[in-house]
Amino acid sequence: MSTGDSAAMLAGAAQAAPAAAPSAPLAPELTAAIAQLVGQYDDKRAACIEALKLVQRQYRWVDDARLGALARLLDMSIAELDGVATFYNLIYRRPVGRHVILLCDSVSCWLCGADQLRARLEQRLGVEVGQTTADDRFTLLPIVCLGHCDHAPALMVDEALHGDVDAAGVDRLLEAYP
Amino acid sequence: MSSTPERPLTRNIRPGEPPLDLVGYERAGGYRALRRALRELTPSQIVQQVTDSNLRGRGGAGFPTGKKWSFVPHGADGGLPKYLIVNADEMEPGTFKDRLLLEGDPHQMIEAIIISAYAISASVAYIFLRGEYLRATELLTRAAHAAEARGYLGAHILDSPFSLALHVHTSAGRYMCGEETALLTALEGKRALPRYKPPFPQVVGLWGRPSVVNNVETLCNVPHIVERGAAWFRALGRTQDGGTKIYGASGHVRRPGAWELPMGTPLRELLEEHAGGIRAGRALRALLPGGASTAFLTAEHLDVPLDFSSMEPTGSRLGTGTITVADDRTCPVALLRNLEHFFAQESCGWCTPCRDGLPWTERLLGAIEDGDGEMQDLEILEMHTRFLDSGKTFCAHAPGAMAPLASGLKIFRDDFERHIRERRCPWKRAA
Ligand SMILES: Cc1cc2nc3c(=O)[nH]c(=O)nc-3n(C[C@H](O)[C@H](O)[C@H](O)COP(=O)(O)O)c2cc1C
Ligand code: SF4
Ligand code: FES
Repeated sequence: MSTGDSAAMLAGAAQAAPAAAPSAPLAPELTAAIAQLVGQYDDKRAACIEALKLVQRQYRWVDDARLGALARLLDMSIAELDGVATFYNLIYRRPVGRHVILLCDSVSCWLCGADQLRARLEQRLGVEVGQTTADDRFTLLPIVCLGHCDHAPALMVDEALHGDVDAAGVDRLLEAYP
Repeated sequence: MSSTPERPLTRNIRPGEPPLDLVGYERAGGYRALRRALRELTPSQIVQQVTDSNLRGRGGAGFPTGKKWSFVPHGADGGLPKYLIVNADEMEPGTFKDRLLLEGDPHQMIEAIIISAYAISASVAYIFLRGEYLRATELLTRAAHAAEARGYLGAHILDSPFSLALHVHTSAGRYMCGEETALLTALEGKRALPRYKPPFPQVVGLWGRPSVVNNVETLCNVPHIVERGAAWFRALGRTQDGGTKIYGASGHVRRPGAWELPMGTPLRELLEEHAGGIRAGRALRALLPGGASTAFLTAEHLDVPLDFSSMEPTGSRLGTGTITVADDRTCPVALLRNLEHFFAQESCGWCTPCRDGLPWTERLLGAIEDGDGEMQDLEILEMHTRFLDSGKTFCAHAPGAMAPLASGLKIFRDDFERHIRERRCPWKRAA
């Protein structure tokens, strides 16, 4: 396996999706939103990355059935679209919890205590980086520099960016995400 | 010099406050440069102005922007579009300058795009935006809609013959997407693999059409150059490289942050005056001057002016101009292990030396840090710094990864040897 895939694997991509994938097609409003995206490009498939993100926003992760439906919509082969989906860090090909914590592990955060922050999170959540809590509440993933290095250590929970996060701050933060 | 230096790029940015909306931006003088460009200047006059200004690319490589633009073919193009693409992927570890500009003054970005697209006769522009930059996505999208409603975007801008469509493309995270040819591949909806050069993107780029890729900060300078002139811009800098620069500092400094300062500001001034120096009771061990892919500097380099040309003799580069500072309690082996972990993970896997070499360096550094290293591991690491150097891999990712490693192996030689001799990390206390 190429190391290029390791990041994607951390994001839950390299393994085949579990069998329970629902076979429901994409919701109609999603199909409409994707059609609008397609209009921004000279080539249909160019919309695929943002389309994968739209699918994911609605269903949390991209299962095989929806990947297939999206590939058909964009005139791509399933293998091609899966190749794209597994390349990018923020596309999840395995289930994630209700909230995704992206913990920066790049240099400035590392210098400012990201390892201790990770240890605290792992202890509080009872999982390691790359895993989902048993109650499905959180998935903890590593991420590269969030461009928030002057407020290191930094992390994102879902769509919110948090900086200068210390141990006490983490405890408060987690409570805000039921 | 008596007056406070000008800071055109951040003049509208007030920390903690929302950015100016369209009306506020216009009141502050915004979109004046666009009017001037469309009414008084031809595209080639703007290219000439940017060339004369000596604006150099702020994405890290410092390539002259006017020269880059001059490679775009002019004349009849059979109605096919040319493209301007803003590189807003900002994933270089330790870098947080483009986010400041995007979130702090989105209309400046939009105006910059319109003028720059006019200069190269592009009819479609994309902002290639990092997936995690959600606030920037929202602000830019809103600003673009407002600009379009006001007649600054779309068909026949300000009743001129020039038309431009602008799209915000949000990526999904891979460092490689920032490399300009990989960015084009990604924008086409594929895995972000880089492309062979030549042909250069200015001639054969997005969907095979002429395309210019520029960094956020680079482009944000353009409206100011058009409005105030090339000579004014050049005079902003303290050395031969013109303009201002968004510098930043993070890591073990007292006051991390970002500041717009004259290009060529000495490293010491950035570190000590603006960033407040190293945290109390500690000393500087080393710093990365402009992101993870720049070679380390130490205390002996503090008087170097931070610009593209002055940095050359140090063996490092200006890079993104945001310094990452490590104090004397930092284990340099662990620091390099963190850096090479990033590069190994983000390798696109296209060429063998990078795909296989980077994880190898990460493993060796890990072994040395954990007390399992051998002296010959240092030779293997040095071999990598030669085999993954410029020209030996398909793109600049692997050479970038080797910059901190090659300099680190020299500067921290004793620390490496001590880890191997003592079979442990001297910085870690016994448990
Ligand atoms: C691996 C790699 C990643 C890069 N990432 C970025 C980036 O995130 N943003 C950026 O502006 N330039 C990045 N660059 C530099 C671009 O390839 C290119 O030089 C730049 O966008 C040109 O813009 P400029 O001339 O305005 O500096 C990267 C280069 C490499 C090799
Ligand atoms: S040097 Fe690395 S990132 Fe660049 S093409 Fe080769 S494998 Fe990909
Ligand atoms: S290194 Fe963590 S936000 Fe930049």
